[in-house]
Amino acid sequence: MPREPSRTRAKSAEAKLLYTSGEWTFETLKATYDAIEAIAVGELGLDPYANQIELINSEQMLDAYSSIGMPVFYHHWSFGKKFARDEKSYRKGYSGLAYEIVINSNPCISYIMEENTMTMQALVMAHAAFGHNHFFKNNYLFREWTDAEGILDYLSFARSFVMRAEEQHGIAQVERVLDAGHALMDQGVNRYGRRPRLSLANERRRAESRREYRRETYNDLWRTLPASTSPAATPDEGAEIDQGTHRLGLPEENLLYFIEKFSPRLKGWERELLRIVRNIGQYFYPQKQTKMMNEGCATYVHYRIMNRLYDTGRIGEGAMLEFLASHANVVFQPAFDDPRYSGINPYALGFAMMCDIERVVTEPGDEDRAFLPEIAGTGDVMGTLRTAWANYRDDSFVAQYLSPHLMRKLRLFQLVDRPDTPDYRVEAIHDERGYRRLRRALARQYDPGLRDPNIQVSDVDMAGSRRLVLTHRMNNAVPLAEADARAVLAYVADLWGYDVALRGVGDDDGIAYTYEAAVPA
Amino acid sequence: MNIVDRRPNPKGKSHANRQRFIRLARETLKEAVVRSIKDRALGDVDTREVVDIPVKRIQEPRLRHAGKGGNREHVLPGNREYVEGDTLPKPKSAAGKGGGREGSPDGEGEDSFQFTLSREEYLDILFEELELPNLAKTYLKETPRMRTTRAGFTMSGAPSNLNLVRTMRNSLARRIALSRPKPAALADLEAAIVDATGDAEGAARLADLIARRDRLVRRAKAIAFIDPLDLRYNRFEPTPQPNAQAVMFCLMDVSGSMSEYMKDLAKRFFLLLHLFLDRKYEHVEVVFIRHTSRAQEVDEETFFRSQETGGTVVSTALEEMHRIVAERYPVAEWNIYGAQASDGDNYSSDSETCIELLRNQLLPLCQFFAYIEVLDEREIGVFRSEANASVLWRDYKTIVDRFGNFAMTRVFSKADIFPVFHQLFAKSRHAA
Repeated sequence: MPREPSRTRAKSAEAKLLYTSGEWTFETLKATYDAIEAIAVGELGLDPYANQIELINSEQMLDAYSSIGMPVFYHHWSFGKKFARDEKSYRKGYSGLAYEIVINSNPCISYIMEENTMTMQALVMAHAAFGHNHFFKNNYLFREWTDAEGILDYLSFARSFVMRAEEQHGIAQVERVLDAGHALMDQGVNRYGRRPRLSLANERRRAESRREYRRETYNDLWRTLPASTSPAATPDEGAEIDQGTHRLGLPEENLLYFIEKFSPRLKGWERELLRIVRNIGQYFYPQKQTKMMNEGCATYVHYRIMNRLYDTGRIGEGAMLEFLASHANVVFQPAFDDPRYSGINPYALGFAMMCDIERVVTEPGDEDRAFLPEIAGTGDVMGTLRTAWANYRDDSFVAQYLSPHLMRKLRLFQLVDRPDTPDYRVEAIHDERGYRRLRRALARQYDPGLRDPNIQVSDVDMAGSRRLVLTHRMNNAVPLAEADARAVLAYVADLWGYDVALRGVGDDDGIAYTYEAAVPA
Repeated sequence: MNIVDRRPNPKGKSHANRQRFIRLARETLKEAVVRSIKDRALGDVDTREVVDIPVKRIQEPRLRHAGKGGNREHVLPGNREYVEGDTLPKPKSAAGKGGGREGSPDGEGEDSFQFTLSREEYLDILFEELELPNLAKTYLKETPRMRTTRAGFTMSGAPSNLNLVRTMRNSLARRIALSRPKPAALADLEAAIVDATGDAEGAARLADLIARRDRLVRRAKAIAFIDPLDLRYNRFEPTPQPNAQAVMFCLMDVSGSMSEYMKDLAKRFFLLLHLFLDRKYEHVEVVFIRHTSRAQEVDEETFFRSQETGGTVVSTALEEMHRIVAERYPVAEWNIYGAQASDGDNYSSDSETCIELLRNQLLPLCQFFAYIEVLDEREIGVFRSEANASVLWRDYKTIVDRFGNFAMTRVFSKADIFPVFHQLFAKSRHAA
């Protein structure tokens, strides 16, 4: 719900324009930052990390692009490839550069470009230094999975470790491991919480309770039974192997972790390289799961702040118009049949949902009271939003907060594609019958469990060939991209050192396909 | 809050990544670079080179869902007319409108991408494994160009070259060694003299103090603060600079028997040689000499474009080259390279003169002299064998073994140019 700029602009004596020209200076940056901070912390109640704003130019922005936006990163050819592509598309004018890059670290580093106008700098500071920053600090996924204090140190450790490995073992050897690691990066994250650490005290307590149980249930009668002589009772090989796979903690969803820990052929430094790739993958995993919310949060925050600056007479009308133009570009959502359509714009959906929550909290209709009883009419916009930002990720956020009003506004509908029919079927639209199904379907679309293929290490033949078996639990019979899958499997075989197979298991537990890879001779 | 200005930070943080990428794609790049050499003008070396790289060698596979197949659901915005239960036909190709796109993340659509090489990278790849012959000679030659370089310190010199740090260090060491009295000690004594009381004991002390002071003053005067012994000057020494300039002579027969096609072949060879020299030397000049029955120096445009009629006397071009060298390019200062392109025709009694000129005058001056015989593709059959070789070829052949800096080769088609060039300058040729 984009609000009208208030017509009653404050005309008080102390209200003074923060800047009058498009050119920024360090003084205006500082003054604007202070004004924004007063609104963000004082009025919106945001709780960000301390900020560090870094000015860079467009070349440095291109550099930052290629290393996933991180200020220090290890060297790898894939970043060079990405750089070459970004540079070309930028130089030819196919694509602009982002206005900013923000890093989930403490202090939170925001890069802003020198080419931006002062209004853009204000927008970027509100967006990144407060919006994203608040989200990083408060969202549960980031709190649980990322270490904002240590990430920069870890990256510089990774960089020097990779460099040292390159010196000792040659670039080609290091690349071999990193290539394979990158191919498995998406399968290198723990999705379901950290496994609890074993502690000596816990182990002792467990052994104690077991002994206690045995003592309590002791019955001397059992001793008088003759020992079993049937062959089933003697421990056979199968049991031993089962024990082996059990000890490996199978099934294991984190392929990189498993290979790093148990690969028979990797050397110590190679394991450390995989660990670096895995840790970085884990660090970025929350960002993938909260893309829409994170952008929605940042966009909503900059929109509120810029409007507030205008309402209090701190920025001029020209600046406001410039802001609105670029804001409108950011939250533009083309319809599905528009040639510009390329999926749902996370900025647009995120911003629309935040505004919609504001509407439900302040002026709910009967429908909203029925659909969102917890928040309808409570009146505390920022409190509700802060709770949502802290405790949800994209899929649960959609499932919880997408209102019928917004579905109608975005004119959402659901298409179903079955391989055996010649047509798509419209399964649900934005009407009474469809609201709940539509909401569930959109939430599923953001569910990382369904979006990424579910692949696990299911078996290792520890007694014999040491063959590694991966199982792909297919969801809705959606297959893998075969060429890619075979290439990745070859990487896995190289890391594992023995043959590897990947089985696709369908919903009916039947094996849909098997890819195999042998170790290169 | 902190605002940090990172703009002065060094750029090119991705340089190392770029180098790794180039190394990986080197084979592909090399093919592309050799292909691109076909369409360049001589001297047109400042442009950056854009090459296409097929993506298959540099792809980054991931385990991801295929773009098609399985039961899929899409939630899309912007419904205008559909109601529940409507059907709409699937597009023929997967990349059609609407839902088809949803399932394909980045990666599947790319088949090749363009890569821009800087000039250095381009030439590095082009001339990989090639080496200039007789480069060592450059450094042995007498070179009049001198540059002064720093070479330690000296005891004498001009005041402007005084090295203050060294001088003061020596001075301090000497003053400590000879225990020259410090000004502070002297000042203390002076103060004690002023404070001295007037009684009998005081008078004795006063006399003693005055004696000590006088001794110190004498000592300070005897031991200079800075002695001529302390002085050190920066020393400079002239060192000979290796010659870093080259001149390249392009000699070509432009008589009627040379077709456009042959000239084009020759041009490509000259172009490669120029690129190659340009990489090795700071400054390269090119002299174009064309000849029929007489030779003349021309500019590049005329050299390649205009056609002359007349007989063929090759020695005129060699004479012209010799004359120009003597006139403008002293051997001591210039590295001289010659490349002669011809179809092999020559006025029959002229070959003797050519050999004579080469052997006695030109080859001793040149770093390297290459003779390329350009032939029409249709003549391959006729000229493949040595027996049917042209007049010039046969005669040059007699001296080629005796001069290490003379090479000759035959070129039939565009595709030959680079291999021939490669063969002339390959490292192994000189190692053998």
